[in-house]
Parts: sequence; C-alpha cells; structure tokens
Amino acid sequence: MKYVDEYRDREAAEGYSREIHRITTSPWSIMEVCGGQTHSIVRYGLDDMLPDLVTLIHGPGCPVCVTPIELIDTALDIASGPGVIFCSFGDMMRVPGSGGDLLSVKASGADVRMVYSPLDALAVARDNPDRETVFFAVGFETTAPVTAMAVKTAAAEGMGNFSMLVAHVLVPPALEAVLSSPSCRIQGFLAAGHVCTVMGYTEYEPIAEKYGVPIVVTGFEPLDILQGIHMCVSQLEEGGHRVTNQYTRSVSREGNPSAIALIREVFTTVDRKWRGLGTIPRSGLGFAAGFERFDAASRFGVSYRSVQEPPGCMAGRVLTGDIRPDQCPEFAGGCTPVHPMGAPMVSAEGACSAYYRYRRTRGDA
Amino acid sequence: MDRRPPLLSQRCWMTDGTDMCLGVPGEILEITGDDPFTRRARVSFAGVERDVCLAGVPDAAVGEYVIVHAGFALNRIDREEADEVFGYLRRIAELGQEELPE
Repeated sequence: MKYVDEYRDREAAEGYSREIHRITTSPWSIMEVCGGQTHSIVRYGLDDMLPDLVTLIHGPGCPVCVTPIELIDTALDIASGPGVIFCSFGDMMRVPGSGGDLLSVKASGADVRMVYSPLDALAVARDNPDRETVFFAVGFETTAPVTAMAVKTAAAEGMGNFSMLVAHVLVPPALEAVLSSPSCRIQGFLAAGHVCTVMGYTEYEPIAEKYGVPIVVTGFEPLDILQGIHMCVSQLEEGGHRVTNQYTRSVSREGNPSAIALIREVFTTVDRKWRGLGTIPRSGLGFAAGFERFDAASRFGVSYRSVQEPPGCMAGRVLTGDIRPDQCPEFAGGCTPVHPMGAPMVSAEGACSAYYRYRRTRGDA
Repeated sequence: MDRRPPLLSQRCWMTDGTDMCLGVPGEILEITGDDPFTRRARVSFAGVERDVCLAGVPDAAVGEYVIVHAGFALNRIDREEADEVFGYLRRIAELGQEELPE
C-alpha cells in the first residue's frame, strides 16, 4: 500500500535505532500523545529498539478512553429513548458506563448502529425522516472537521431529526494539564500527526516555550515514530525545547485552513471533563451560536449525573502515563477486552488493549 | 526470543476504520461535483474503494493521494516530502560517520 508499506522498512528502522543509540547519553522520558502511536510502538516493538535510557510514556490521546462515564451514561439514556436511532463509532460500543454499554442497550431492544463516519449517520437520518437520529461525536481535532461537516450539511438541508451528543476534546489543553502535574516526569513529546494535519502546530509553540519541553509532530508508521524519537532526543541532548515537524508529508505549521474553518463555524471551545484528568478549561468543543439546535443533550433534556469510577480500574493513572497498563493489578485478570473494566481496554487506541493484544504473553510486560 | 511482528506486516486498515485518529492514505480515482463544499471522490485504499468527502481539500485532483479519516479527506500528501524520513536518516548517518575517528 503506497505511503504505508515503505514506512515499515526494517532496515531503515534498524538504522534509526542505531542512530538513536549513538546520540543518547542521558536518561530521557518521552510521551507519545496519541493512542494510534502507542499501538504502533507496542505492535512493532519499537520500544525494544531504543536504548534503555529512553523511556516512552503512553499519553492520554485516546478520545474514547477520556470520555467521562457521565457522558456515556447520557448516551445510554438517549439511545434507550423510544424511536431513537443512535449511531456511534464502533470503538464506543463496548465502553462501560455505570450501568451497561451501548451493545447491552442494543441487546435490550434499542436501535444502536455502528457507523464509519458521521456522514453515514446523516444518511441514516435522511432515510428515516420520522425518527430521531443521534450521532455520538467522540474524537480529537482529527474528527472534528467531519463532525462539523455533518452538522453543516444537516443545517443546509434543514434536517430536523438529526442531532449529536458532542464529546470532542482538544489536545493542547490536555498536554498543559499533564505538564502542570507536580509528579510530571515527561521531558519531551511526540505530538499527534493527524491532529496537527488539521490544526497545524502553532498552538504547541507557547507550550514548548513555557514548560521547556521539545515537541515533535510525529506520524504513525514505525519509521515516523523512530524519526520523531530521534528528533526529540537530539533536542533533549542539546537542551532544546522547540516544536519541530517530523510528519512533513502531511502537516504544515498552519494546518488545513478549510478544515479549521469548518470547525470554527460549527463549534466553540468549552470546559470539558476528561476521564482520569478531571475538568480542563477550554478543552472540549460544544455547539457555536446558530447550531445549538443540533445538541442532543438539550434536545432530549438529559441531565448529567455525577458517577463514581468502577473500583479497581486504574484507567486514570494509565491515561496520564503514571503507570503502564501491565502495572495495574486487574490487567488481563479482572479486566480483559471481553470483560473490560475501563475504556483503555476497549478502544482500538487504548494503551491497555495494545498491551493485551501484543504484550500479554511476554514475561517482561 | 524476538516476538516483534515483521515491520512489513499488513494491518487490516479497513476493519480498523473506527480507530479514531487513524488516517489512511488513498488515491483519488474520480471526483464528482464542482461545489467545494459538496465535492466527493471515489478513493482507492490499495484496491478497496470508498466514497470520501473533499470539503477539506478544495484543490485536490484525480491521481493525488489524500489522508482519509472517517470518510473525510484531512489533507493531500505532499509527494516531495514523502521520502524525507529516508533523507533524514541518510543525513544523520553521514554525520555519524564524520564523527568517527579515522
């Protein structure tokens, strides 16, 4: 597959591994922000190719994982309503709320459908004009443009039976939250390449400056990640703290202006609670003036209840990089993909599911 | 024992399509419509074709590669930058050679 296979070349990967070993003289802790990167690292054993001095810490970049349990309960309430068609990305279907998940609501008779795109949910609404169709909009800045596109299209077509439960979150405020923690031991970041494909990386420059950390915008294939680590370590070794761009084939400093304009038209920034990180100011997206009628939470009059996290689940500490998934006592015992206690074991981007899929049988993991 | 999968192993992109930040590169085969807001394309992902919204890439043309996420093209792939991951490796490896004692 063009623009995929070439970035998995083992010889080049070993070349990068040698170069990283050559330049590393001190211990460094680097957080990869995005769960997609975590999966590449664990799947391809990229951490095993690094010097012992370089530690990768898995970040909070799994939108399903950081969606608060209250919002999942709200989704379950809406999905259970009479006549509602509830559409969601597949990742969200098995994430436990406080009383079940979307699949269990579906098993009880609710019309819950898995879609690949919010535009597919829009088509469902068009095909069912007598019923309410709701899309559960989960995702980072990567997903926000297509969500905005669906809302804007619904507005243009005057659709009255389509709405969204919006759980969109933004990366830069979460990076600041992680960096502000007194126990933070992260010295450099690999920023998420597809978030920056949309947004560019100007928002990261003041963060790098304020906290004195290098931030490298990085792609998702093995060679991308190894190059990103090399760029980050070489800055750390020389005391640098700039934002640099590894993923130049996709990312420009200013991002994609058409996609940003779509997001800015439909959404505005709001405070948002993150699972594991608490409420972070201006870290989520809500509907902008003129689009509030598409807000499913107000359309269905659901109210948020405060909910306790399940006892034993350490998802919060995994999401902030405080512990590795396999350091949780429930990992692969009380918590498995079939019977997950927390979202990181469910999502295709969750760190726990990555360790379960690729590391469970290893003595050292 | 080395348990790493081979680097060239194929990941099943289309079934992983719900991966939230996953962007998959695909080639534009055909474009329908002129309006930049409603333009759509038939995009091939190694032979698997999908309908993709082009509202985010108003200049994209047939034959170009786009990164697609959830049915929406996030950006065009910059062909001139596509080999940079190898160019960078070559440059740092050459630097390393220069530092080695003769």
